[in-house]
Amino acid sequence: MAANPADLSAALVLTPVPAADWLVVLPPAWCILAGAVLLMLRKSVRLQALIAIPALAGLVVIDALLLAHVAANGPVTMVMGRWLPPFGIAFTADLTGVLFALAGAVVALAGGVHALADIDASGRRYGFYPFLLLLMAGVSGAFLTGDIFNLYVWFEVLLIASFGLITLGSEPRQIDGAIKYAFLNLIATTLFLVTTGYLYGIFGTLNMADIAAKAAAGRAELPLMTLATLYFVAFGMKAAAFPVNFWLPASYHTPRVVVSALFAGLLTKVGIYALLRTLVMLFPVEREELSFLIVLVGVATMLLGALGALGQSDIRRLIGYVVISGIGVMLAGLSLGSPGGIGGAIFYALHSMVVMTALYMAAGLAGRLAGSFDLNSLGGLYGRSALFSALSLVLFFAAAGLPPFSGFWPKVMVAKAAIDIGAWWLAAAVLATGFLTTIALGRVFALAYWRPAPMALPVQTMPAGALLPLVLLTALTVGFGLFPERLMALVQHAAQGLADPRAYIGSVFPEGK
Amino acid sequence: MEFPFVLLIGLFFAAAVYLMLSKFLVRVLLGVVLLGNGVNLLLFTNGRILREVPPIIPQGHDVPATLTANPLPQALILTAIVISFSFFAFLLVLVYRAYQDLGTDNGNEMRLAEPEDDPLPPTGY
Repeated sequence: MAANPADLSAALVLTPVPAADWLVVLPPAWCILAGAVLLMLRKSVRLQALIAIPALAGLVVIDALLLAHVAANGPVTMVMGRWLPPFGIAFTADLTGVLFALAGAVVALAGGVHALADIDASGRRYGFYPFLLLLMAGVSGAFLTGDIFNLYVWFEVLLIASFGLITLGSEPRQIDGAIKYAFLNLIATTLFLVTTGYLYGIFGTLNMADIAAKAAAGRAELPLMTLATLYFVAFGMKAAAFPVNFWLPASYHTPRVVVSALFAGLLTKVGIYALLRTLVMLFPVEREELSFLIVLVGVATMLLGALGALGQSDIRRLIGYVVISGIGVMLAGLSLGSPGGIGGAIFYALHSMVVMTALYMAAGLAGRLAGSFDLNSLGGLYGRSALFSALSLVLFFAAAGLPPFSGFWPKVMVAKAAIDIGAWWLAAAVLATGFLTTIALGRVFALAYWRPAPMALPVQTMPAGALLPLVLLTALTVGFGLFPERLMALVQHAAQGLADPRAYIGSVFPEGK
Repeated sequence: MEFPFVLLIGLFFAAAVYLMLSKFLVRVLLGVVLLGNGVNLLLFTNGRILREVPPIIPQGHDVPATLTANPLPQALILTAIVISFSFFAFLLVLVYRAYQDLGTDNGNEMRLAEPEDDPLPPTGY
């Protein structure tokens, strides 16, 4: 290269990347690799689960190692092709992203194990496990990327994998649900792309750390409010916030139950994560301006979600509304903007990933054991399995936010942050939502579990091993309900990292650009 | 140079929204295609329309000799085209399959997942 006089040190990373930093790109790379292998072995139905479940367990281990690395050393960055940021696409793992990625990996592992009993041979031949691994590639990539256009690409990766999962089985009902899901989600991601186009036109960069620094410097002249509002609409649609939530109850009850469980755990939370990343880290001043709108949307989402749950007789649709109501609590935390509010939103998102997945799994098992998903004909579940009923009750309480389970603490954090700024009505709305959710889910327990079966339906036995992931997820919600201190400290640390992204920017631009 | 493009993008978006408001899925699908193309033009325009000079640095230079076209929006658009085309292909199959299975392409008549006579939950124990 002697003929080239250009100084490469200004554009390329010339030192080798430390081995530990490779962990940043490993989660999506690992998932794509495992997904590709599974796709090639699509015809070997027996091998699918044998490869996929260890791969998902490996993903949990990778994300846990990454969490330990990030918790000890702060945000970690790696750039593709050794191009220095802002030219190369950066992957930046900070505490928020890694916490979401780890919770997502745990949920996916539970889903993969649960699918052993829920997805039959034809579903596996259709490609359930490759789709699941590619979905996880998209989800992990979205949580770890440090480039906003790259975030869009990961959104599309997870969206196309979710299309495969939602149509798995190809029943007419699923096609109907999939149409609404596909069109509305595609419009939301297109809106995300529109906003990213404007963002590029304004900043001339797509690197999130670069944007955060440039936005802080040039806030007075730049039309950042447009960007913040458009991102709020686009990601609000992905997160199923009122009034753009109607795709969720139209579609989430149609696919296989384990697919619903994975969607409820992963997809809407990616929307919340993107909202946190853009509105809190990139555009904090604009979020402050928008906070009244966000809080209105949040309160409407949580209350209407809980009221919607009260009006459903299909337990899968009912849980869909409970998912929506949880999104409202996260938006309320987001609108507050204080470390308590943002930390509460992150904690609630992590809790919701675990509990909503487990709730759908419980609904699927209830449907198998009682032969129906309809509250009018469900009954007698307590007599059939006391252990399963106890697990379900714990999950119902956790979803409603009752102590001593994991849903309680984030609601306390959000309610306290609301009272701290005098917004007692917001705290009241959070409590009212918890009350309505308790009624909706308590009624499910009374009717489906305690009541003797009103009619004899053809029932199936509990498949062996299907309880295992449910026990794992319930243990997590009980564990973090009883011992929340570690996680609470972590999410508060994560919230501070979002509100003050100096460490994030410093990890992308070590020279202090 | 940007101004006519802005008008064109507005036209694309207006037509896309008009088509997507239709209850017939084929029109919605065409709306989605127009929207995707409108967004591609938007990305292109946001990268600023500069000189029609390829961004190639002559031998012996460290920087381009003249003002060149911005290559980054083209990379973004290429990505977006690939993605929107694959989504279009998937949605086309999905809509065709819905037409076969549900016998209609009218969104209002697709009430299989959310039936109009959905029973209410029991009010008593």
